[in-house]
Amino acid sequence: MTTSTFFLAILVLSAAAYTLGLKRAMAVAKPAGGLSRLHSRPAHYATLTALWCALPALAVFSLWLALEPVVVKALVVADLPEELSRLSTGRLNLVYNDIKNLVAGNFLGTAADPALAAAAAHYRQLKTISQAALAVLVLTGALAGTVVVHRKIKPTLRARNQVETIFRVILFLCSSIAVFTTVAIVLSVLFEAIRFFQSVSPGEFFFGLKWSPQLAIRADQVGSSGAFGAIPVFLGTVLISAIAMTVAAPTGLLAAIYLSEYAGPRLRAVAKPLMEILAGIPTVVYGFFAALTVAPLIRSGGSLLGLEASSESALAAGLVMGIMIIPFVSSLSDDVLNAVPQSLRDGSYGLGATQSETIRQVLIPAALPGIVGGLLLGVSRAIGETMIVVMAAGLAANLTVNPLQAVTTVTVQIVTLLVGDQEFDSPKTLAAFALGLVLFVATLILNIIALYIVRKYREQYE
Amino acid sequence: MSDPRSSQDQSNRPRTIDLVNAGLARRYRAERRFRLYGLSAISASLLVLALLLGSIVASGYSAFQQTFIRLDIVLDADQLRTNNLRQANYQGLVKQSLSTLFPAAVGRSEKRELYALVSSGAGFQIRDLVFASPELIGKSVPVWVPADDDVDMLVKGHLKVDEKAESHRLTTAQLGWIEQLRDQGRLSKQFNSAFFTNGDSREPETAGIRGAFTGSLFTVVVTLLLSFPVGVAAAVYLEEFAPRNRWTDLIEVNINNLAAVPSIVYGLLGLAVFLNFFGLPRSAPLVGGLVLALMTLPTLIIAGRAALQSVPPSIREAALGVGASKMQTVLHHVLPLALPGILTGAIIGMARALGESAPLLMIGMVAFIVDVPGGFNDPATVLPVQIYLWADSPERAFVERTSAAILVLLAFLIMMNGAAVLLRKKFERRW
Repeated sequence: MTTSTFFLAILVLSAAAYTLGLKRAMAVAKPAGGLSRLHSRPAHYATLTALWCALPALAVFSLWLALEPVVVKALVVADLPEELSRLSTGRLNLVYNDIKNLVAGNFLGTAADPALAAAAAHYRQLKTISQAALAVLVLTGALAGTVVVHRKIKPTLRARNQVETIFRVILFLCSSIAVFTTVAIVLSVLFEAIRFFQSVSPGEFFFGLKWSPQLAIRADQVGSSGAFGAIPVFLGTVLISAIAMTVAAPTGLLAAIYLSEYAGPRLRAVAKPLMEILAGIPTVVYGFFAALTVAPLIRSGGSLLGLEASSESALAAGLVMGIMIIPFVSSLSDDVLNAVPQSLRDGSYGLGATQSETIRQVLIPAALPGIVGGLLLGVSRAIGETMIVVMAAGLAANLTVNPLQAVTTVTVQIVTLLVGDQEFDSPKTLAAFALGLVLFVATLILNIIALYIVRKYREQYE
Repeated sequence: MSDPRSSQDQSNRPRTIDLVNAGLARRYRAERRFRLYGLSAISASLLVLALLLGSIVASGYSAFQQTFIRLDIVLDADQLRTNNLRQANYQGLVKQSLSTLFPAAVGRSEKRELYALVSSGAGFQIRDLVFASPELIGKSVPVWVPADDDVDMLVKGHLKVDEKAESHRLTTAQLGWIEQLRDQGRLSKQFNSAFFTNGDSREPETAGIRGAFTGSLFTVVVTLLLSFPVGVAAAVYLEEFAPRNRWTDLIEVNINNLAAVPSIVYGLLGLAVFLNFFGLPRSAPLVGGLVLALMTLPTLIIAGRAALQSVPPSIREAALGVGASKMQTVLHHVLPLALPGILTGAIIGMARALGESAPLLMIGMVAFIVDVPGGFNDPATVLPVQIYLWADSPERAFVERTSAAILVLLAFLIMMNGAAVLLRKKFERRW
């Protein structure tokens, strides 16, 4: 029973249960003296029946999904010949994979071992049994639930309350997914990062000055020292983010001020959607733009001025990233500026200040916490931005603050370490998770501070 | 008044109005300067937008056309029948017709240069032709076959002939043949339908976006199916039912934080949880959709809550007043009124998911996949990742294809955002 057929079957069964429940509710209502004698609307009885049809089946199915592979594996392994079943766990897993490949029809190259072939047959047989058992169990669960509720339907059954309780539980679970996601992120990154720090000391990682994650496969290999000092990576991230914010902060803020304080309705009607287009462009497009248009411009501009610019300069990535963040900063600043009460402006004008004096000396100081919060969110986006730097910044972990040289960032390193073949026992792969942990914690701290500031600020004027 | 010095002081001291007037010109200049800063900030951003779109259109529009060469292919019955029809040497037929066209090319390397004028995918085109109409066997048919990407670039003017021969990949002999082909009317630019119907390829002239587009479609469908119901349910719970307690606060803090977590972190989550822990297949739209659903969920919940908040309390009070339960009030009255707003948020969230690529790199949707995916578990890639892959390719012809793929992606994003705006305009209610 595949997942899609399962869901289709559940859908059909629940629909049938719904009609049955509806009919039953009508039937019990008639002798009692009409629908008004029922505690709930007939639809509630029907929904209750449908829910009790679907929920047990769903429970059985998810339990089966979780347990079936484990049980089947245990049974197959228990049936393996003596010399195979006594192998270490790692070897046993390999053998088990071979068996599964055999079942899937992926020929292994050499003629299959008869013991393995037998095991494969056993596996196939177990799978068939399991499929049949699952189908029977799901059907039984669905039918049992339906029958039980169907028989319980009578005018005094508080169907509405029960249905609503179930709905509330479902709504609650859906909203809790946010918490589970955070927990899952923390756990998934943390576990691999801890494994990384078992082979590379945190001191070396956080304070080392050399980043070269290629590990030597042979002992005599050249140039694969495997150094995990992340300072050059952090510095590159900070450099590119700083360039991005130097572009985005003034431009975004000034654009927001002009749009909200000076611009006439016609300019605003045109400029605002255009800025939103800037915000909606996928980052991969910005990356392409940076690599294809901006980087050569900087390179030729640099050589005109007699400066040596690398073809993957930090400047190109930073500039384009800044452009990407402009609409973000400007829309947040716009919100914040609009939240400043009109009375502050009027007071300033009343004292004879010009509009720009009002903005600079009254509006911006009053909105400063909110603006700072927005800028911090911008910084958090800059250090987490991936595609622009992957496409336009380099891989070389240079320890430099020269914006014309190539630097690398945390996100670039995560991508390079994790795209392609991965071995989850080598520090090279695990280093990506350590970097991911740093990235997550850094952005988390920035976000919490920023959101706190923005909220405090809003409360101040509300 | 009794102090004469003070009155003298007063007469000597300039009046306030003079002070103000003296400073006015400077202050007005400052005012104008400030306005100019603001205006230049806006014009700079819009200029960059124009430059970005302009550069992509300029380098991408030519990819919608492809250079074709007309060859007279002799579908020699003997040569086709000797093998079975499926495995016959169709590329050989193409080469043969090129040789008859330019009998002067005899040497081994010269012949190789000659054959390199035509795409290596031309053979498949002949095969498809033979399969579609077997009655052509034994005849000589004129066929337009795609030219090689270097020829294509030359015809489109992206390569300059007067450059030194080493700077591009065409030899002098090849340039001469191209000139002859052009004179004979055998060279023409036609609509590049392969770009929309083919999967990925190492050869620019046969590479298309259909595979990536289908992958995007599957991924976004999974994202929508998962994130929309869950997002609406979560928004309804938080806005209408949630008691104010620690758990609710925790949920809210988490949602706000998750909305600002870098997308690549979701990729790490997908890799560690969905691939390594649950053992779901790599490169599958199913996993991509799951990851993107988790990523868009916070945005959707925030948009949904805003939409629910905008429904006035009088609606709820009226429903409760005529005896509806809390759940009935929400499901029958509040939710339908908030639905346009929620849908707008959902469309914008889906547009975001459609353009996202970083988390998908982590879960292996970055592989070179030629086949068009047929289901949610098939290996696939998505449009933005295809753009990333092509942008990395060295061939000049991939630059214009990358730009063209970007144009297609942007067209879809603009369509989705336009739909969101329309929806908002049509159904938005001002209470």
